Parts: sequence; structure tokens; C-alpha cells
Amino acid sequence: MNSAEQTDVLVVGSGFGGAIAAYHLAAGGASVTVLERGPWLTAEDAEHDYKLGSSYTRGFDFTVGDGMSILGGNCVGGGSVVYFASMPRAPRFVFERRGSIGRRMWPAAVSRDTLEPWYDRVAEALPVTPQDWHDVTYAGGLWAAACDHAGRTANPLPVAIDTAACVNCNWMMAGCRFDAKRSLLLNYLPAAVAHGAVIRPLHEVQAISRTDGGGYRIRYHVIDDEDYRITTGSGAIDAKIVVLAAGAGATPVILQRSEAGLGPMPHAVGRYFSGNGERLNTAVVNEDRVAEVLGLSRGEGAPAYGANPIGRGPTVASWDRLDGSLPEYSRYSLEQLYFPPGLGTILAQAPDAGDGPTWFGRDKKRMLSRWNSWLTIFTMSEDDNEGVFGPPPATGNAMRISQQMLGRGNLRYEPTANTRHGWAASDAEVKDILERDGIARVRPWTNDVVGAYTVHPLASCRMGDDPATSALDDRNELRGHPGIFVTDGSAVPGALTVNPAMTIAAVAERAVPGIVRAARERGVAVRYGAPAPDGSTSGRRGVLPLIRT
Amino acid sequence: MEAYADTIVPGEKRWPGDAAIAGAADGGGAVAAGAIQLLEWDATGLTEGLDDLADLLNRHARTYADGRGLALDTALPPFVALDFGHRTALVAELTAPGHPEKEFWVLLALFSNMAYDSAAHMHTADAIAQGHPGLAAMGVVPPGPDRLWRFDQHSYGRRLARVHPDTTPSGSPA
Repeated sequence: MNSAEQTDVLVVGSGFGGAIAAYHLAAGGASVTVLERGPWLTAEDAEHDYKLGSSYTRGFDFTVGDGMSILGGNCVGGGSVVYFASMPRAPRFVFERRGSIGRRMWPAAVSRDTLEPWYDRVAEALPVTPQDWHDVTYAGGLWAAACDHAGRTANPLPVAIDTAACVNCNWMMAGCRFDAKRSLLLNYLPAAVAHGAVIRPLHEVQAISRTDGGGYRIRYHVIDDEDYRITTGSGAIDAKIVVLAAGAGATPVILQRSEAGLGPMPHAVGRYFSGNGERLNTAVVNEDRVAEVLGLSRGEGAPAYGANPIGRGPTVASWDRLDGSLPEYSRYSLEQLYFPPGLGTILAQAPDAGDGPTWFGRDKKRMLSRWNSWLTIFTMSEDDNEGVFGPPPATGNAMRISQQMLGRGNLRYEPTANTRHGWAASDAEVKDILERDGIARVRPWTNDVVGAYTVHPLASCRMGDDPATSALDDRNELRGHPGIFVTDGSAVPGALTVNPAMTIAAVAERAVPGIVRAARERGVAVRYGAPAPDGSTSGRRGVLPLIRT
Repeated sequence: MEAYADTIVPGEKRWPGDAAIAGAADGGGAVAAGAIQLLEWDATGLTEGLDDLADLLNRHARTYADGRGLALDTALPPFVALDFGHRTALVAELTAPGHPEKEFWVLLALFSNMAYDSAAHMHTADAIAQGHPGLAAMGVVPPGPDRLWRFDQHSYGRRLARVHPDTTPSGSPA
């Protein structure tokens, strides 16, 4: 074997799953190396600029598959740098879902109740706080008022945002220039580095193999800083423990490519992918009716709404359908959302298009001229874990088309009747709410251009109790490959009906004590018990009684 | 390629007799917004294939016209010779689910649209300052002097709905 560098714990990816593990293991005394395929962007790098090559394209990936396209983070901090920071906890019924396998998807050990102390740890660490109506943006307010007019409820979302520091620029998908968004760059990652963890950006892990000493060798490519299609070097690191957290669109691909060096993978690696049942509707608002019907006003001289670009992503969601007594596949949340131009307009369909095309052409151009009066509503429903990854590409998780952002992946997704049922029901409800009394005209985004789409990929390497339908045990360890743990969204067994970041993070927090134990068994001098990254201790007090010693 | 981009976001003719742009809409469209500059920038990954795509598009246009008995002006490339309605119908075919070349035509559409809705070949602040037709038509307001956007007024500032009765103290669904 060639010589390789050594580390106790090698973490692949620096989003929620990677950063949380890296922090706790480093704070506990392990040597930790984090390999991140994307660049290390700071607040100063967060540009308000749509030009290719700005942080808007440097920091995230749009991977087109066959029937499903994924938007995901591609930078140090992963999804947390480009996300909208909505942090609701998943409703109780989600953990009881059976999906398409005829049995509970989640491990018996995980429920809303058992996850609650881990949610608390995340809430303290970021921190996550509720919003009040003064925090709610015009777009969120309009959605709330429309819901209320239709006899429904609407909630200001809990967020990982310092709303006092937020300037409502709505550029958060390119990173937060003002450090108002509580990304992992402000908590877990600097704390991990303070404890000695090493983070290497632009290091794309390709494959894992076994070493003679019972550990693992991780091979990586070094990626060019500007043109991600170019590889500038390669190398290998040996580790006793591997934490895979490359995201649900990449973790299973790395494992597929690693079969040559590791042996067969569990059946569920690269299967059961969920797009979180996501769907978007874009409405074009009638400003006069917003004033007349909903009584909304922004003051003299301003339109009643006209505020699509003002804000910070989603601020309000309607949770009336998050009712555990309803049948599976009929439960979803409806969340106001802002999606920036570039990718956020192409799939929107002109609500009043005639016989011609809806997503391009004359009618679509007319719709674009009303862009300030757009209101976008985001459905998160229960899909059927339909996604399957084909053979891995030559490198990375996709064949890169553009220098940044755009690639072609091997995910195949054919929505079942169950999934389509949830989408249709939510489309109908959005239409009922927003077209009532002429408030707006609305139409769902098309799935005919790049298939379905998700900003919340999940479940492609999922945890569970049944070895036939899960890749990980209930401690996030890869079945048949002791010492490899998966802590990102791919570990979450299925759609959550709400934004998943809070649950992904809580599952990662919950996995850490088991990873520490496995590391100790392999001779690593590491302990569990670090406080929150800022030193707060109430979250730790909540979980210490739960941990096997 | 100009004619294709103009089918995605149509605009007005640049001069009398402008054949590439159909003149199907008022104001600048994708071409005036810089679609060709964007497509010719190698950052997109499409640049090397543009000539081949143009040839392919013309072959499709000829087949389309033959199938419908349309007589095309032989002085023009076949796709340019189609009127806007037929260009639109052909692009709809090429980008429809199941078409074997769909991915290429969708990518062309994607970048044509991005030229218009986000001026992806220019710094956004510069594009707005220069009166970029897409950003202007969409009503994108200019940033502040530091090229950053800030909105002082952002909220109606009052309760606008009842919250769900089962909301937990953390602000989450139960």
C-alpha cells in the first residue's frame, strides 16, 4: 500500500452531519480531519451577484437526474450556508410512517419523544428561535393572511437566523453577507477547529477501502478553486473511523464506488431516496385584491404586496394538514418561500397561459414582468422513497457540465401514485387558498423540464431496524462495515413533511455517542460530553442521562 | 441559437428585417439580455457544442417543416425560417419528456432564461446600471452603493392568522 496520512476520525462533508460529528469528536480528544468537496466561503465571499462564478454558483450544486434534480450545498458548512434556515421539528406522526415497506421506517429507538433532547441540543447550539409576526416578511404575511381568509391557520417558522441582524436582502442562497443566518460557519465548525479539527476544502472524496490494520483508507481528489471540472491533485488518508456526511446525493455514490475496496454494500445504499415530497407553486398576485380582500397595505405609494424579493426565504407555514389521523400520503405542509432568479423562475408556469407552452415563451415572459408580485408556496409532503441511484459516475457524484453548479447525476426517480396524490392534493389546496376571491392566479412548477426537484434530499442510505430495507442500524453505523457511520440527510428514513435540517442535525447529534464509543473501541482516546459550541450546557444536561456508558 | 433563445424569452426585432428574432413580444428578450454571450462563455459547459446544436436544430426544423408541408425560405437557416408559432411548437417537442435529446435543449433553454432573468454573464449591479432588459422588465431594484441589497421595511408587522392550536413552545408542529 502507498503511504497515506493518518487521522483518528475522517469526516466526509461539512454540512450538519459532518460538522456536528467533527465538533464533538474533536472536543472529546480525537484527531479529526474533515474533507469537503466545496470551497470555504466566509461572509465576505457572500456576494449579491448572479454572475456565474460568484458565491451563488460556487456554494451549491444543481444535479440533474432522471426524473429528479437535487439542489444541495457545495461548500464548507454544506447546506447550512445556502439554506433558508427554517428549523421546525418533524411532527410526531412522521416517525410512525410505514411508507412502501409495510413496517415502521424509523428504528424503534427513534421517535419524536426520544429525539426531543437532541433537537434541544441543536436549538441551543445554532441557536434556533421562534419568530413573531414582526419578523414575518411581506410574503409570509400575505401567505398568512390568505390562509386566514380561507379559514386555515398559519405559523411563523422557528429559524436559525438572528433577525435583528438580518437586512431582508433575500440573497441567503448565496450565503449570508451579514452573518445573520446561523450557518455552521458560526458555531459547530469554528468550535471544531478550535479543538484541533482540520477542515480541507476542495477535497472531493472518491472511495473508501480497508487498510491492513482494520481501519479505512479514504481517497480524494483536489478540485480546482474556480472550475470544479478540473482535478489538481489527489491523495489518501487513513482513519480508524469514517463519518460519511456528503449529503444524500453523494454519500451513497461514494459507497457504491467503494464496493471494490470494502465489499458488498447493504441493499439500501443508493435506494429509497426521498425528495421530501417537494413541490412548488408560484402565484401571480392581484395587488388590488390583496388590498381589498385581505386588507393588506405597505403604506402610501407602495403596492399592497409587490414584495417578492424582500425577505429571507420562508417565514410562514401552514400546518393544518400535519395531522397524524389523516392517511399517509395526504399530509403536507405549505410554506411560503422565495426562490431567486436563475433557477427560481425557469420551472414556474404561467398561470394564464393559453394553448401555448407554460414554462417558456410569450406567456411566461408576461409572467416574468410581474415578478415583484410573485408568491411562491412550497409543499413538503410524503413521497414513496422512489429514488434509486444508478452506477456511479467516473468521479464525484455527478458529471459536471458547467464550471460550477450544474451537473448530471445518476439518480432515477419515478413518482408513484401515492406521491402524485400528495402533490395533487397540495396543489389543489394552494389553488383554493390563493385564487379565492381573486387574490392571485397560481400554477405548480412543471416536472416536465428537469423532472421533480428537491432542495432536501433524504434517505438514500437510511437507518432502520430491518437490514433488508435500511443501510444503517439505529446508531447510524453502516451494516457490515463497522466503523463507518452515516450522519447526513441520507440517514433519515423518509420524507418529513417539514424542512429537514433540524431533524438531520438532531439525528447527527444522537449518533455521536455511538461514534465516540466505536472510536474508543479502536483505541482512540476520546470522550463524549462537550457542551454546545458556545459553551452552553443545558442541552448536554438533557442528553447525558440517555447515554450508555 | 439566437432564434432558439428568442423562442424561450421572445423580444422585439433589433432592426427591420431581423430574421433571428421573431418579434413576438415587446421589449428585449433573451437575445437582447445576452443569451449568446452567456452561451459562448465556457463556464456554462455548452460552448464547444453550440455549432453542433445549431446544425441539429436546423435538421429538426427541416424535418418539422417537411412533415407539415411548410415551405421554408432557403436563404435562411431552417429554424430561423420558421415563424414564431412553429419555432415554439418545435422547441416544445424537443424539450418534452421522452425526447432523446431533451437534456441538451433544456440546458439551452435554461441558460437562455438565465441570461434574461439573472444576467448570469454579468455582475448583477452592472447589469442593472446598464439597463439590462430582463432585470428591468422584472422590476429588479438596484442595490445600494456597496452593491448589496437591504430592505428596511419588510413586514406588515401584525398578526395575520391564527397559529395552529397544537404548536409546541419551540414553535414547531406537535
